[in-house]
Amino acid sequence: MSGKRILMAKTGLDGHWRGPTIVARALRDAGFEVIMIGMARPEEVVQASIDEDVDLVGLNIGGHVDVAVRAVNALNDERPDLPVFCGGVVPPHAKRRLEALGVEVYPPGSQLPDIVGAARRLTGLD
Amino acid sequence: MAGHDAVAALVAEAVGGSRSALARLISTAERGGDDAAALEAALLPCHGESYSVGITGAPGAGKSTLASALTTELQAGGERVALLAVDPSSPLTRGAILGDRVRLQPHLGNPDVFIRSMASRGHLGGLAMATCTARRVLEACGWPLVLIETVGVGQAELDVAGATDTVLVVLNPGWGDEMQANKAGLMEIADIFVINKADRAGLEATRRDLEAAIAANAPARRPAIVETVATEGTGLDALRAAIAAHREQATASGELAQRRRARAVTELRDLARARLELALDGQLAGPAGEALAGAVTRRELDIDSAARRLVADLLNSDSQRGASRGDPEQDTP
Repeated sequence: MSGKRILMAKTGLDGHWRGPTIVARALRDAGFEVIMIGMARPEEVVQASIDEDVDLVGLNIGGHVDVAVRAVNALNDERPDLPVFCGGVVPPHAKRRLEALGVEVYPPGSQLPDIVGAARRLTGLD
Repeated sequence: MAGHDAVAALVAEAVGGSRSALARLISTAERGGDDAAALEAALLPCHGESYSVGITGAPGAGKSTLASALTTELQAGGERVALLAVDPSSPLTRGAILGDRVRLQPHLGNPDVFIRSMASRGHLGGLAMATCTARRVLEACGWPLVLIETVGVGQAELDVAGATDTVLVVLNPGWGDEMQANKAGLMEIADIFVINKADRAGLEATRRDLEAAIAANAPARRPAIVETVATEGTGLDALRAAIAAHREQATASGELAQRRRARAVTELRDLARARLELALDGQLAGPAGEALAGAVTRRELDIDSAARRLVADLLNSDSQRGASRGDPEQDTP
């Protein structure tokens, strides 16, 4: 058993759940415990990541890169050791901004095995 | 593995108010093993007492939404609320999707609400193995009220009855008839029945069936019935009052003390059984187990005699072993 825990949050304002749900299921099937919190502000993501003592945070950013950047900065401030990866509609300039913060980005077209592989690597399983 | 001293230091930090230390201690409990044993020992001298309320019922009955609305209601009275929300792990992959928090969004970021999602990790009674330790951690850290939401249960996953002080069984209108209401199991453990989604058709019949079943109970056990629409926050004041009334009555009658003692016995048995199983697995994997399995396969020994010999060997070797892994001496400070 991995017992590794991943927090999944939406920082975007759209109501689409399909993407995060598909990713969550793939991670579940790979043995992860995936904690879904839905739409959340940056400080709420930080608080939940602390209370849930997760090993990795996944953000669905839905195009709102400024909010995602604030969330990543807040996480990096409070829990510098906690890895973050992002998915959703991420334009190229946003991808570069996030990667500059040390975040792995999986835009549309990414393959589930790659995302699962990233989760395993970022949580130290591989 | 962090070790005894590290766990004790983390407990001191958590008791001092560190939320991340508290959260890490719950992870320690979940991982089990020697650190979890050290955690129990470190919690022993901690003061603090909390009251626990269990929320159980079928999948989709509205337990999480009710927990959220109840938290709002209790918060309005100035109470700090902790919630342990358990969801099932996959028996196939051991993965889990813990989705209760999606219903708990109003409390995100609230410093007076602590929410922790727990996967059942193969435990079958509706809670996780570590839920009771997590409750003790919260108690030590001064959380006065702990809500425990079970996985969606069927008729016989009743861990929550032993684990909490007041049990809410959540049902919905149209849920069943009088025969269901009189069945053993889930229906026997309620201190309060909550008919949630009470704006739906069938409320009257469900209430009538419940009342009839309750009337047949001994007078000492007459759970209250409360109707709620958790999504709209209706009926939550009545639920809060019913919980307070049950708490008062159980405290005054001595039922609460009795229940907590019974809880200690249950937990003790579970923990002892887990340790025995571990020792048994070790024995089976060792040369003695190999020899017995071989003898049974070759039909030199019948299986019942082999089992009895295995148990006898186990008890012998356990009493001879000194400061080994399973030695209770190690677990006390």
